[in-house]
Amino acid sequence: MAKLKSTLPNMLLSLMLISSCAAGILAAVNKQTAAPIAAAKAVALENAIKAVVPEFDNSPLTDKYSAVTSDGDSLIIYPATKGGEAVGAAVESFSMNGFSGEIRVIVGFDTEGNIFNYSVLQHAETPGLGSKMQEWFRTEKDNRSVIGRSLSGGNLSVTKDGGQIDAITASTITSRAFLQTINRAYSAYRATDATTGAIKEGGKNE
Amino acid sequence: MNNQLKILTNGVIRENPIFVLLLGMCPTLGTTSSAINGLGMGLATTFVLICTNTVISALKSLIPDQVRIPSFIVVIATFVTVLQMGMEAYLPALYASLGIFIPLIVVNCIILGRAEAFAAKNGVLSSTLDGVGMGIGFTLALTLLGGVRELLGTGKLFNLTLMPEEYGALVFVLAPGAFIALGYLIAIVNRIRKV
Repeated sequence: MAKLKSTLPNMLLSLMLISSCAAGILAAVNKQTAAPIAAAKAVALENAIKAVVPEFDNSPLTDKYSAVTSDGDSLIIYPATKGGEAVGAAVESFSMNGFSGEIRVIVGFDTEGNIFNYSVLQHAETPGLGSKMQEWFRTEKDNRSVIGRSLSGGNLSVTKDGGQIDAITASTITSRAFLQTINRAYSAYRATDATTGAIKEGGKNE
Repeated sequence: MNNQLKILTNGVIRENPIFVLLLGMCPTLGTTSSAINGLGMGLATTFVLICTNTVISALKSLIPDQVRIPSFIVVIATFVTVLQMGMEAYLPALYASLGIFIPLIVVNCIILGRAEAFAAKNGVLSSTLDGVGMGIGFTLALTLLGGVRELLGTGKLFNLTLMPEEYGALVFVLAPGAFIALGYLIAIVNRIRKV
């Protein structure tokens, strides 16, 4: 077949044809994959929640509510209950102050407000440096671990800033941002009553 | 047959997209902080390269010359998006580790470069083989570069510790190390090709 000449109708026709084919394919694939993608995301989130709060028997995904932090952002809280009793809550928190953009962390608190566990959901920190945060802040060495710490005495900060937590070597910016996500999560968690989700009068924290 | 084989091996060494053609430097330098990242980016690019080369060579007589670039880009972007959605839906674990690289493939000039330089002039079978060869060459180069940087930077290779982390030079994990390592690798490959 001879090659089409570059006349206006030819160009219009061929571009239109290719674009509409592409649009049709994408629409079909999108329709096909939308449900599995949503399901995969829900499973990933549920696994993250399971990892960061004490054992529960409710469905935190359906009981979720949002709470406002002391600096005005709203975070999603997934309450965990067992036999009707509150055992803690997972808070999906984020910070925009990472070394390269947003850091999303899910933090679990027990009913006393101590940090039960955390999991980094998303980050773009430097591999080999800031990316260590997934393990660093739960390592039982020196003052690295944040597990079991209570924020009732104030926000957590790195030792460089006069705080209690050892920052990741050569990644102070990432460490600061990570602790910020935890502080914000606590602030949102404290601003609401963990069992009912009702907003308490004024956040306790700052 | 001999000719087809030549096309296939062309991309691996003689016209290696990274070391010889110097195409697609942005994802090369950006994503090769470890060997596994390099390998993942290479494989994802290979998939897209094979699909786009095949489709574009099949469509080439339908596309008028003056609008070929926008047409190629639409085809490439479609494949990348399909790959991204398919991976997210059916291979979420793989998507979690490779997902961030997928959108980068659209702007990878190797793909547009091969579409323009090879697929637009050759038959379907040759173009597919060219895609396979270029993809293998790209994957090898990225894995090699990622491996060198990971080893020098953190003392590991594919997450296996080969030497204590204290001996690693952090700069190799960061952007400047990418340029340094790539420069030396290109020099070494040039030396080998001359022999």
